[in-house]
Amino acid sequence: MHLPDGFLSAPVWTSCWGAAALGLSVCIRKTQEALQEKMVPLMGVMCAFVFAAQMLNFPILGGTSGHLLGGVLAAVLLGPCAAVIVLACVLTVQCLVFQDGGLTALGANIFNMALIGTLGGYFVFYGVYRAFGTRKGFFVAVALGAWISVVLASVACAFELGLSGTVELKRVLWVMAGVHALIGAGEALITAFVVEFVARARPDLVAGLQGKTSL
Amino acid sequence: MKRKEVWLGLLAAFILGIFLSPFASQSPDGLERVAGDRGFLQKEEENPAFRAPVPDYQMPGIGDRKIARALAGALGVAAALGAGYGLARALKKKD
Repeated sequence: MHLPDGFLSAPVWTSCWGAAALGLSVCIRKTQEALQEKMVPLMGVMCAFVFAAQMLNFPILGGTSGHLLGGVLAAVLLGPCAAVIVLACVLTVQCLVFQDGGLTALGANIFNMALIGTLGGYFVFYGVYRAFGTRKGFFVAVALGAWISVVLASVACAFELGLSGTVELKRVLWVMAGVHALIGAGEALITAFVVEFVARARPDLVAGLQGKTSL
Repeated sequence: MKRKEVWLGLLAAFILGIFLSPFASQSPDGLERVAGDRGFLQKEEENPAFRAPVPDYQMPGIGDRKIARALAGALGVAAALGAGYGLARALKKKD
């Protein structure tokens, strides 16, 4: 759901840049506080992996495709703030090198996917994992958090389109949420599979398994 | 310490980006689909002020679309790795 240039009005995309800058600065500060040496290469690898996974569009119903966002995947493995930075990095490379998402809309894309989707999805994951408190609950929480992250990002995107006057909000909100509820099912499957794989091989590399909230 | 995991993760990223990405679905994504159905797809800026060097994940000057996408995938994975590692390294130094 990378917004191109032209879909958002100037007041909306500038506001989104402001919100994205504010959110990123908080996440950068929090990451700096807790960043351990062993996480430096892992953040690079996570960026590379999320970028590659985002190239893999899978078909959903009716001639439409979707791809992994990877926000909750990164958040469960690295912690939410480091994940926001990873997603922002991926979105910036996509915009500057591949014209995927407009430059004026980059702030909105970071706000929607790196901040709203990743943090919103992570909080749902965290709440559900805490409520279950079991290893099976962890798996369910990862899938649910991943699913909701895509829907939340698409809802934020729909509101920006509505506020921009590009399309009436009521004509875009439910259809965006609906399509992305389907894409989110793919997100949930892939995220749960990859996290489960890493959690079995190297549970110590899964920050979310330890129930850490910061970083 | 975690060297093996780092290399395995990187290997997975390059394999996905180079060998799987040429076979990804070319259908419009969720937002493009909604934009088409709701009649605002034409609002996309045709001539943005900024032009990225490898638009649409197609390496310029390569005739075969699948090979052009595989090369774009390799470039992108490397660029994302560099950006993520570089940024994390910069954040770490300021401790």
